[in-house]
Amino acid sequence: MMATISSEYVEAVVVRFAGDSGDGMQLTGGQFTLSTALAGNDLATFPDFPAEIRAPQGTLFGVSAFQINFGSSEITTAGDAPDVLVAMNPAALKTNIPALKPGGMVIVDSGEFGKRNLEKAKYAENPLEDGSLAKWDVLAFDISALTLEAVKPFGLGNKEALRCKNMWTLGLALWMFDRDRQPLVDWLKAKFAKNPVLAEANIAALNAGHAYGETAELSGPLRKQHIDPVPSEPGLYRTVTGAEAISLGLVAGCRLAGLSMFFGGYPITPASAILHHLVKMKEFGVTTFQAEDEIAAICSAIGASYAGQLGVTSSSGPGIALKGEAMGLAVMTELPLVIVNSQRGGPSTGLPTKTEQSDLYQAVYGRNGDAPLPVIAARSPADAFECAIEACRIATQYMTPVILLTDGYIGNASEPWKVPDPETFAPFPVRFLEEKNGGDRVLPYKRDARGVRPWIRPGTPALMHRIGGIEKAVDSGNIDYAPDVHQLQTDARKARIDGIAGTIPQQEVCLGEAQGTLAVVGWGSTYGPIHQAVRRARRRGLAVSHVHVRHVWPLPGNLGEMLAGFDHVLVPEMNTGQFKTVLRDRFLIDAVPLHKTSGQPFAIAELEEAIGRFFDRIPGNEGGEVAVNETQLPAPEIEQP
Amino acid sequence: MNDMTPIETTLKDWETDQEVRWCPGCGDYAILKAVQRTLPMLGADPKNTVFVSGIGCSSRFPYYVESYGFHSIHGRAPAVATGIKLANPQLDVWLVTGDGDGMSIGGNHTMHVLRRNLDCQIMLFNNEIYGLTKGQYSPTSRTGTPSPTSPAGSVDRPASPCAFALGSGARFVARSYDVSKDLPEVLKAAYLHKGAAFIEIFQNCIVYNKDRFDDFTDKAVAADRQVQCHDGEPLLFAKGARGLALDLETLSLKVVDVVEGDWQAAGVLLHNVRNRALAHMLVEMPFGPFPMALGVIYDDPAPTFESAVIAEREGLIAGKNADIAKLLARGQTWTVS
Repeated sequence: MMATISSEYVEAVVVRFAGDSGDGMQLTGGQFTLSTALAGNDLATFPDFPAEIRAPQGTLFGVSAFQINFGSSEITTAGDAPDVLVAMNPAALKTNIPALKPGGMVIVDSGEFGKRNLEKAKYAENPLEDGSLAKWDVLAFDISALTLEAVKPFGLGNKEALRCKNMWTLGLALWMFDRDRQPLVDWLKAKFAKNPVLAEANIAALNAGHAYGETAELSGPLRKQHIDPVPSEPGLYRTVTGAEAISLGLVAGCRLAGLSMFFGGYPITPASAILHHLVKMKEFGVTTFQAEDEIAAICSAIGASYAGQLGVTSSSGPGIALKGEAMGLAVMTELPLVIVNSQRGGPSTGLPTKTEQSDLYQAVYGRNGDAPLPVIAARSPADAFECAIEACRIATQYMTPVILLTDGYIGNASEPWKVPDPETFAPFPVRFLEEKNGGDRVLPYKRDARGVRPWIRPGTPALMHRIGGIEKAVDSGNIDYAPDVHQLQTDARKARIDGIAGTIPQQEVCLGEAQGTLAVVGWGSTYGPIHQAVRRARRRGLAVSHVHVRHVWPLPGNLGEMLAGFDHVLVPEMNTGQFKTVLRDRFLIDAVPLHKTSGQPFAIAELEEAIGRFFDRIPGNEGGEVAVNETQLPAPEIEQP
Repeated sequence: MNDMTPIETTLKDWETDQEVRWCPGCGDYAILKAVQRTLPMLGADPKNTVFVSGIGCSSRFPYYVESYGFHSIHGRAPAVATGIKLANPQLDVWLVTGDGDGMSIGGNHTMHVLRRNLDCQIMLFNNEIYGLTKGQYSPTSRTGTPSPTSPAGSVDRPASPCAFALGSGARFVARSYDVSKDLPEVLKAAYLHKGAAFIEIFQNCIVYNKDRFDDFTDKAVAADRQVQCHDGEPLLFAKGARGLALDLETLSLKVVDVVEGDWQAAGVLLHNVRNRALAHMLVEMPFGPFPMALGVIYDDPAPTFESAVIAEREGLIAGKNADIAKLLARGQTWTVS
């Protein structure tokens, strides 16, 4: 626990960079992440930015922040409360200081604390002077002036020179946490290859910030920190964001299926990043199509799947809603399709840049008619890679659309990732029908033992056939509305999807025993905070386990029985209890919801408090009164007797 | 169309075993026959032919053609077709849509498939009414059309599909009608055009909008009220007694009388399928004072969307290996030993 940053060796630290949306905070955070990963620390990040591209300067709603939690043991969340806050202006200070741990350190650019900026941030008095920051260690220096001084030799205009402020700040942060500057220098040179003066100016700012740390070392609470590398599995590592991991997983999945990929997309926050990544991977048989709208995006993907490629589309909640009818078409025509939903706060436009898990109903139930389809949820950026492969596998092996749920948090956050060996994934090659399968006829809806119809590509001789969204006869697929036919086909569509439960991995408990007092059941990006909260509760001797579900639909075959082995089931979700409803419906269990819809991930302390409530009657347990300011650090597991 | 070896087929080869379920007397039958008659003339190959449709009476069309077929959802056939063609540019793609499907719910996709110039044939069956939903007015219904949703006559002003197509950047625009003997010729020209070919086909809805187009398709008036557009030939009608000329004062077309066959003296324009301005004027002519322009109105090919997509990809991937292990390890990496 660090009340102030004074010890030389610490296990983990949470740092938040906050500034104007034009201050380059996401860039600073991203580069700090990279240097942290290169230093061998485990880490998790949380970018938090406004929906406006360039919100008016200095305003409270224009504040952009980037939080990183890094340390020498396993990190699964971006951390609750920062130990260090870097605030580039009064608005950034005002919106972020409440989160800072008591005794934490705040670094501010005093050069930005003029009358105008204080007014914009709605400060009546200068907080640097009125004593209101007394419970934190405040380090105020004129970063603006120091930056201008550092880049003076390069003759930049005032505006351009001030843009180097973020590099100055980064330099200071790198010094504080004993990080190597070289990768940043290399990166700046590459980024500004066409403008070497800008590269040099930024490097000078970076070095000046670093040097400032060196020389200021003796004064005040500013101390150099060293965090040991995490002992991790040997191998090659890189950092990866969820959006990148999904793109890579889709490419890998198509390769394992032996197919080319067609990606139809329409720009939407926070899903666009996937399209941005895939356009750079065209040598892997990827065709990307920026459609005129969400509906065209999915329909083009369906057309491509009909023609024999794997169609993929991606969006966020509002766009997924538009795709609903076409998903039904893919269900009806039984064509493989992967639909990625990078969830954001809803309903309607909602909170475009904030995270939420509120599209689970939409994924599982959100189509007209009985239109079941598999739903998979990624729990972290690295996990998203495997989930994308799994989505490709199920889609192609079961001739079905598959929804892959991720969210803005996973999509934008980055974490270290052990680069997987592509050889270790089992291929699932697709076999197209090449010859008539019904004597002298082609039967496009003749199902195999798993209920799966053949995939027939146009261009194949003698297999001409017609498919569509209208109800169809058994085997031939010809239009047929007869009552018994609709009954049979509805049942067949349902049985085929239900049957997938038998081929997916059995549900495992990811922390704790397979039975006990309380199971905390999560899905998606709540993995990190749930894991840490359960770990801490277990350290206190509570019989609590963490179960994290990847296959949201159909659910793993053993999940119901597993949950029946617990006295209580708690389901924390960033929605008003959607997975809880699914669990109650499927297993008739009293799943207790825990909601959060603030656009921010769960804090570990919130979850710990909720867990504690299930143990009120256990002697010696203080129940819900979990100290929020307790250490954020994970500790070794208690050996169970 | 594609540069494939011509295949020998007969009309019978393009018929499916499905019972055709349009109302008796529907114009769709005639269009279906015209298409099935034309495909053998083109040397089209059933295995490389795909008919894609949306929703509506016209959109049942694919079930009746012995080729690959996709009956998709309302208005979205252009998007489905785009995916098919990009995934396999070797396929001959035909779109079948209607005035509701293609101009109303799917108007957006119609616009974009035309401006992108995807190589396909788009047949828009215009019956100026919603048939499958039982007779409501459509976006091409003439103002005053009585219908279940407009008992006192519709108040909307109608859209002109050909003007819409030109405005969207179409490089081929043609017009015909269900029982026209010229329909196969128009379909052929559309097929031979490389790029998006838009064909508006007036179609008689026998139940909800019966004989709507008689004012120019009826044999008794056809000669006087139709102008057949043939490239390089004068825009004459009424058996050569009248023609279309340019009014230089208003920069619009005017009808002129031709005396003793001397159309040149009357200033009658020669049709030029590459003249976009003329195409605009021909599709915008108000019917009544002017005849209905039919045939290939505009045909000026431009590079197709799928060829541009392929060229772009080839440019991007030139010299790159598809090494997946390398891809996964992109960016800055570090090794833990």
